[in-house]
Amino acid sequence: MKIARLSSSPRDFWFWTTLGIAALFLVFLVYPLFSLFASSFVDPETGGFTLAHYAQFFKKRYYYRALLNSMSVTACVTVLAVLIGAPMAYLTSAFQIRGKRFVDVLIIISMLSPPFIGAYSWILLGGRSGVITTFVSEYLGLKMPTIYGFTGILLVLTLKLYPFVYLYVSGALKSIDVSLSEAAESLGCDPIKKVFTIILPLVTPTVLAGGLLVFMNALADFGTPMLIGEGFVVMPVLIYSEFVSEMGGEANFAAALAALMVVLTCLIFLGQKYVVNKKSFTMSALRPMKPNTLAPVPSAFAHLFIYLLVFLSIIPQLTVIYTSFMKVNGVVFTSGYSLDSYRIIFDKLGTAITNTYVYGLAAIVIIVLLGMFIAYLATRRRNLITSLIDTFTMFPYIIPGSVLGITLLLAFNKPPIVLSGTAMIIILAFVVRRLPYTLRSSAAILYQISPSVEEASISLGCSPMKTFFKVTAIMMLPGVMAGAILSWITVINELSASVILYTGGTRTMSVSIYTEVIRASYGTAAALSSILTLTTIVSLMIFFKLTGGKELAL
Amino acid sequence: MSVSIHVANVVKQYGPVTIIPDLSVDIDNGEFFTLLGPSGCGKTTLLRMIAGFNSIEGGTIRFGDQVINAIPAHKRNIGMVFQNYAIFPHLTVRKNVEYGLQFRDIAKTEIATRVDDILKTVRIEEYQDRLPERLSGGQQQRVALARAIVVHPSVLLMDEPLSNLDAKLRVEMRGAIRDIQKKVGITTVYVTHDQEEALCISDRIAVMREGVIQQIGAPQAIYARPANTFVATFIGHSNLFNATLSGGALRFAPGYACNMGDHVRADAQGGAVVAGVRPEEFHLSAPGEGLPARVVKTTFLGRYVNYELAFTDASLLPDQAAIEFSQDVGTAKKVFEPGETIHLGVNPEKINVFSADGRSMMRGVAS
Repeated sequence: MKIARLSSSPRDFWFWTTLGIAALFLVFLVYPLFSLFASSFVDPETGGFTLAHYAQFFKKRYYYRALLNSMSVTACVTVLAVLIGAPMAYLTSAFQIRGKRFVDVLIIISMLSPPFIGAYSWILLGGRSGVITTFVSEYLGLKMPTIYGFTGILLVLTLKLYPFVYLYVSGALKSIDVSLSEAAESLGCDPIKKVFTIILPLVTPTVLAGGLLVFMNALADFGTPMLIGEGFVVMPVLIYSEFVSEMGGEANFAAALAALMVVLTCLIFLGQKYVVNKKSFTMSALRPMKPNTLAPVPSAFAHLFIYLLVFLSIIPQLTVIYTSFMKVNGVVFTSGYSLDSYRIIFDKLGTAITNTYVYGLAAIVIIVLLGMFIAYLATRRRNLITSLIDTFTMFPYIIPGSVLGITLLLAFNKPPIVLSGTAMIIILAFVVRRLPYTLRSSAAILYQISPSVEEASISLGCSPMKTFFKVTAIMMLPGVMAGAILSWITVINELSASVILYTGGTRTMSVSIYTEVIRASYGTAAALSSILTLTTIVSLMIFFKLTGGKELAL
Repeated sequence: MSVSIHVANVVKQYGPVTIIPDLSVDIDNGEFFTLLGPSGCGKTTLLRMIAGFNSIEGGTIRFGDQVINAIPAHKRNIGMVFQNYAIFPHLTVRKNVEYGLQFRDIAKTEIATRVDDILKTVRIEEYQDRLPERLSGGQQQRVALARAIVVHPSVLLMDEPLSNLDAKLRVEMRGAIRDIQKKVGITTVYVTHDQEEALCISDRIAVMREGVIQQIGAPQAIYARPANTFVATFIGHSNLFNATLSGGALRFAPGYACNMGDHVRADAQGGAVVAGVRPEEFHLSAPGEGLPARVVKTTFLGRYVNYELAFTDASLLPDQAAIEFSQDVGTAKKVFEPGETIHLGVNPEKINVFSADGRSMMRGVAS
């Protein structure tokens, strides 16, 4: 009869915390989502109920093509990312790979960099007048296949998203005790069969979870298809262009599109959850797998495979940093190097830089507080309301950023609460979108802290509220901070919601990079991106310092 | 300071499931009281109700004269020792022990002397500035004990505190706990599933099963005169036989009879009964007398030889793990090999006679 739950007297500190958080969720998540669905059924002229927006979507090929495009490119990205990420994780976990530490860091950096840097770097390299395209046609006389459209999105998103699978599977492989592997071998199983009969089945739920993350991210990504997709229109791009187009009444149509996306992603998420729940294992390794040495030839191939992929994934960062130091004349690169681009952004876009840090910090403070409280309520005071709150915090995982942007804007551009155009609404979007990282890692560490430690404190005469701050919160800190840094990195790189919510005074670095790229001012975009990348790297270094070099928990 | 505990008609439910249907027990001031039972019997649930970590769905729990049902855990003035010790990992040993004192109105100097005293009592003063992760299991256990006692709680509650220690340390620590408890003189409720631990540490034991107390008594009393066949087989081993009681004689199925003499009172009801015999309470008889049994397995244990036996006819109660006979090596003339047949007699003074359903002792027999 070990009940891992503290009984709560009805009106204690946690009762009021639950109520407060429930109220916040009602106002800032439930109400906006409700508004979104409501406005998708509204006829802009009469104000009455209509299904016309949905009908329009399914009637016109231009519209439903976007959905088909989204699904096809997302499915391909997911399959490729799994095919790259999972074997790579196995190779680096099971065998000695030189510079594995460095490889990991580069992979994480490429994953956490601004989402559209990849697209625009690959345009600089392989686009119509890109470096590689020009080189190939001038010196080899060959014509490069076009990088725009489906291929480009596939290339950029796969390189950006396979790290999710890689990191997930690496983590799962670490939790497989080496004795399982040894047991298989002692029973006469050869190393190859062992991978397929023992290791693969054990990591399958993780592969699925990683795959889902890739799928959701690819489906939601706005920057990449916007820049490199050209005629290949996908849903987030369609939603954005319908929403910002100046024709009246399109907000309702965009809302219908957004609502469709929410329903679709929810279904996919639930489906995956069902599959994973059916076949998941809890494991903890007393003796994790130790990397073995490979024979020289396979080892060379493994190194080649890994180094090549890491190189491809880090190319955008290198391109961006390199071009940020190129001499520019107006928006055109000229030969030679200079700090012009940096000078320009500090003159013209200084507020974007300060905005990014100020909004980011504000969001992180809120995220940390909410994350700790909600994690605690969901793990230690489980009841109907806290479970609902916990479920609702998962929504931002599955709602594309542009959809969230529209959702918030539709809800808060009219009374009773008007936030549109303010810094508040951007911070709100940051908090809603990036809370899950801190929340998950806070909950994960709470599961490792025995409830009896709190009970010990309470039994010694310390009230539940004091116990939280004196004991529980302190013990949670490592997990909370690790999550908070991930939240922070993804906050400062956030584009798809802010691009819908920003106004002149509230633009952030991500938004500025995007608008600069659209203006074809690549030098300033590169300089801004370099600053973001540098911030990301410094934050990551702090993260590794804090967690003692442990792997990223996403 | 220390108080008595009165549990009256207490009910515990989790949703539709009733864990404890109706439980009453009184624990004296200063007593070392143990709740003993198999896992899932509700012993920890009851302890946590006393502590305030589980709600009480019915009945009352009193500390002395005060009903504590509605008092939150942190105001009950309890000391609790947890199975996993629950030492605060971010505080040193000394800070751990001091922790509870800061919530009570106690002067700084008094805190220092109290902590010094208790650290000395549990013999961990030399580790007081260490962080808990650098302590062994036994040392952590001592910190947990010190931390619970130093606040001068009304009652000390211990939830399987020794189950995470290795066998040798367990024996050492239970001696230490017993000594310290007697020295401080505090009412203690101790939960364990380890009968040996319960027998050697307790003033009184309550044996629990499925949320119901089966028997309360001193260790020797419970061992010698178990209240029913559950207690007889849970505490130590008992071999259970079908038998009939008539005219002052206990007749076993194979035809062997034992004259109970004055151990059966005149008003005892005759008929079918269950006889419980402990392995060490058999004695060897001449062939033709006693119960004939075949040796299945012989296990030499140093001080004893343990025999697993088989009976050819249906004299046994079904569902028994093993029928055992323990022979004292000091007095044994011969060690029997598997396959040999031996004849066993029972001691009317020691034998326990239960009703045919095993639920209770036969009134008027023995005790």
